[in-house]
Amino acid sequence: MPAIVQVSDVVKRYESGFEALKGVDLEIEEGEILALLGPNGAGKTTLISTICGISHPTSGTITVSGHDVVKNYRKARALIGLVPQEIALEPFETVWNSVSFTRGLFGKAKDDAYLESILRQLSLWDKKDAQTKELSGGMKRRVLIAKALSHGPRILFLDEPTAGVDVELRKDMWEIVGKLKQDGVTIILTTHYIEEAEAIADRVGVINQGQILLVEDKATLMAQMGRKQLRIALQEPISAVPECLGSYTLEIAPEGDALVYHYDTTNDRTGITTMLNDLQSAGLTMTDLKTQESSLEDIFVDLVKEQS
Amino acid sequence: MNLQAIKAIYVHEMVRFFRTLMQSFLSPVLSTSLYFVVFGAAIGSRIDQIEGVSYGAFIVPGLIMLSVMTQSVSNASFGIYFPKFIGTVYELLSAPVSFLEIVIGYVGAAATKSFFIGVIILVTAHFFVDLDIQHPGAMLAFLVLTCLSFSLFGFIIGIWAGNFEQLQIIPLLIITPLVFLGGSFYSITMLPGIWQTITLFNPVVYLISGFRWSFFGTADVPIFASLLAISAFTAICLAIIWWIFRTGYKIRS
Repeated sequence: MPAIVQVSDVVKRYESGFEALKGVDLEIEEGEILALLGPNGAGKTTLISTICGISHPTSGTITVSGHDVVKNYRKARALIGLVPQEIALEPFETVWNSVSFTRGLFGKAKDDAYLESILRQLSLWDKKDAQTKELSGGMKRRVLIAKALSHGPRILFLDEPTAGVDVELRKDMWEIVGKLKQDGVTIILTTHYIEEAEAIADRVGVINQGQILLVEDKATLMAQMGRKQLRIALQEPISAVPECLGSYTLEIAPEGDALVYHYDTTNDRTGITTMLNDLQSAGLTMTDLKTQESSLEDIFVDLVKEQS
Repeated sequence: MNLQAIKAIYVHEMVRFFRTLMQSFLSPVLSTSLYFVVFGAAIGSRIDQIEGVSYGAFIVPGLIMLSVMTQSVSNASFGIYFPKFIGTVYELLSAPVSFLEIVIGYVGAAATKSFFIGVIILVTAHFFVDLDIQHPGAMLAFLVLTCLSFSLFGFIIGIWAGNFEQLQIIPLLIITPLVFLGGSFYSITMLPGIWQTITLFNPVVYLISGFRWSFFGTADVPIFASLLAISAFTAICLAIIWWIFRTGYKIRS
């Protein structure tokens, strides 16, 4: 698929000299859901702000559907909707006026029927005449989403959309994201919740200290995650795997007091039962058993740790 | 040109003004009436005519200018400062809108509001004094130009201000003294010699003088000097705004 957003060697340096982005390359494919993971201060929001036009890159280029976001900002920005991380709404403005305002800013003519459909989809229709200050935190976030969708964007950026949001709204939000994807909207979201990325993303990117560490298909990552290990603690330390256990993928733990068995949960047979039987007949006494699964979180933590 | 965006900003700002209708329009009417009671009736009865005009009528152009200038600055500065303060400015920055369109939207709305305030004060004044406007066309032109240029100035302050104190300080410490000392309530010919000269360095003198000329046909300074002053002030504001636009000063990092 063609890249709808192309980020090439983008550096963002602030006046203080701090480099928030250190040469970021990223291709976002049309119609995909890309989850950007990263710790606080990793540069997630800076990257989104730079793509959306809130700040300009110090160097490097960004194109949206072929339009440079600085030189040809009108065409680039018209395609984008942004839901910011912080809730920012005019307190005395009504929901309807707020959403209409955003649509106007994006150069679109009034279309009450379209706005109504968005507000209904986000369960905001009965609140349309309420001032935004009267709304709960979750409702305010819905208004931000409605504003971002008010001009029918082809690309939607969600910056930490589920931070501080209750379970129900989170569920609703993923339902909406799913629907938008069906309509062909490209979605980029940043999140702290790794399960969330696992649940809805097509691809996952990890960013830390202003650098993209990895962008991978979720399926590829899941394949890595499918591997499990069984750790067998032994009463007596051993120095070599007994010969009769040679057919198993066994390793001795560094201290020699445990064996580690790797297996694949996606296989029909894991071989655990026969291995344990053989272990017993080899005369080894087990004191404990522990299984471990490598998750996206492990990969993420490893990557971030490796870098720092 | 993104006309829809200009319209959206303009409507958004006008809705905000009408939401605070009492504060927006009632307070200038009330304060003008108070000025008439105090200056026009109480003090004015003891002052002779100034340049053939009764004192009550003489202060009308100055009163309109006082309100129009301060209201233009405070409305336009608040209009652009508030989104920065509450964070909604992200919308303006991420929308396909040029800086020029943002300026037209915000400044246009602020100028419209202060124009209406000027007209309301003029109408209110009619209840207190007889007014015979000699050059209505010039009067309107001066009023519109003052609304526009001071709204541009207010917009610059709103961009520059980093907190609410800075937002208030320019109108309070610069605009109000300049207007009061700029001949709103007196003719500068009434001042002692040296002060007449010093007063000529106050740019507001030229604006009030020109505006008063459009009412009564008499002025403290030549009318072309007034025209020059208002044009120069507008040009300076436009130049600063152009510079802000080029550098992204305090808007875009």
